[in-house]
Amino acid sequence: MVADGPWAVEMEKVTVAFGRTVALQDVSLRVRRGEFVGIVGPNGSGKTTLLRTVLGLVRPVRGEVRVLGAPVERLGAVRHRLGYVPQLAAIDTRFPVHVLDVVLMGRYGQIGLLRRPSAADREAARAALARVGLADLAGRQIGQLSGGQRQRVLIARALAVEPEILLLDEPATGVDPVTSGSLYELLNHLHEEGITIMMVSHDVGVVSQYVDQVACLNRYLVVHGRPEEVLTTEVVEDCYGCGAMFLTHGDLPHIVVGPHRKKGLVARVSPASQRKQAGE
Amino acid sequence: MFDILGYTFMQRALVASTLIGAICAIIGVYVVLKSLAFIGSGIAHASFGGVALGYLLGWNLIFSAALFSLLTALGIGTVSRRSEVREDTAIGIFFAASMALGVVLIGLLQGYNVDLFGFLFGSVLAVSQADLWLSALLGLLVLITVGLFYKEFLFIAFDAEMAEVVGVPAAALYYLLLALIALTVVISIRVVGIILVEALIVTPAAAAYQLTDDFPRMMGVAVGIGVASAVAGLFLSYWLNIASGAAIVLTATLLFGVATLLSPRRRLALKEAAEAEESTQWAAE
Repeated sequence: MVADGPWAVEMEKVTVAFGRTVALQDVSLRVRRGEFVGIVGPNGSGKTTLLRTVLGLVRPVRGEVRVLGAPVERLGAVRHRLGYVPQLAAIDTRFPVHVLDVVLMGRYGQIGLLRRPSAADREAARAALARVGLADLAGRQIGQLSGGQRQRVLIARALAVEPEILLLDEPATGVDPVTSGSLYELLNHLHEEGITIMMVSHDVGVVSQYVDQVACLNRYLVVHGRPEEVLTTEVVEDCYGCGAMFLTHGDLPHIVVGPHRKKGLVARVSPASQRKQAGE
Repeated sequence: MFDILGYTFMQRALVASTLIGAICAIIGVYVVLKSLAFIGSGIAHASFGGVALGYLLGWNLIFSAALFSLLTALGIGTVSRRSEVREDTAIGIFFAASMALGVVLIGLLQGYNVDLFGFLFGSVLAVSQADLWLSALLGLLVLITVGLFYKEFLFIAFDAEMAEVVGVPAAALYYLLLALIALTVVISIRVVGIILVEALIVTPAAAAYQLTDDFPRMMGVAVGIGVASAVAGLFLSYWLNIASGAAIVLTATLLFGVATLLSPRRRLALKEAAEAEESTQWAAE
């Protein structure tokens, strides 16, 4: 096993390109163990690519990535400490598998080739399903679930790994507000238990509520830091490349992105920057 | 009516049909679920080059076809995992080239009595004792491999990327699956023929897919349909004096039609019901 350092993920000047298209440029980002990091940015800003790079699914053309101290090219046993929740659209809903089968797949890497899942593996899968509130749907075919339920199955599959780092790609997409609320509560619990979480989201408002650190990405890393410090209107404008502002509905800040930078949207202050101003 | 079973060639053909009906159906389940139908078709067509080469060199044709198909499978797999050429384009180029090579080689063999029609569309009479043994051996190899990597093949068919994330060697298993497709094609060539073998792989699995939502059951139903098609097709081929491959494939197609009619489009209906009932809360402690 790799020596334990303070960092869950270390990215050093990482550049990722697909053919001539640069998806990430010179991104340096460090995630402390136990931290909850939100990664925000517009479509095509490289958020998903960043997660895939950490998982070793994409090789950087330049730069260095270390996960739990291990270089990403040779993750080895570190793989079994990572939980990944891909975008919901990546799943074939007509595939003839049952909910528990899908969750159990999370453990196949640890089980190893030529072995059958043990009672302990099944137990872990059931526990993960219970964790997301789907214990009684274990025998359902995945096509018979709603989008929100399927999303929870994917989270259960990542939890079945019993991960130290959980990486989620837009977990609240296609999920109704009540369900996404409980999703974030669950993530909060996991965070309190000490699991490192990296979550890609386009919902800046929600991210700023729950996470310790936020990274604004637009191919390059615009800013990285505590949400109340970094999520200013200027930063968000810089990240999204156009006028943007925060609105507040009750306690929930929302972001509104305008069509053009120079149009002079009247930037209203977010609760975060209000707090910042009050502190000064 | 079944007195034809007294003939040795018919007995051999019957054993071979049962064998390939089952193996094609099992491999077909993965081919259907992982959308590999076109790759399978490409591998099958490419084997024609191998058959012709075998004739020219005087090798056992199943052996030379196996060699050619495996190389093609690995070639297609390599191209499809890099993205310089689109996968379907690569397959189109590969299999046409291999078939063309086969035609050229067969052309060089003028004067030899080559049963071209039998190779393309299957022939009951073609199964020799040596072929049967080699087929049985390769078939056993395919079945054992599927049994050993059952859970991994299921995983990469469902979600290859996640398989890679949790540390399952997804790339190696993908190549292995393509190799199994190649071997399955080769075993089936004698009875079903190069042109039609893909149908015997895809159709029973597709029919089973209409009837069940359960993976092991899908495999079982596919095997049942595959064996039934192969055996029934074989007898039809003898009685009607038509190419066995065509008779087998048309029987399978008929069964597929029946399965589609019996499938009450349950998947869609059930999914809509689930969407409607969705309001469950998260139980996050």
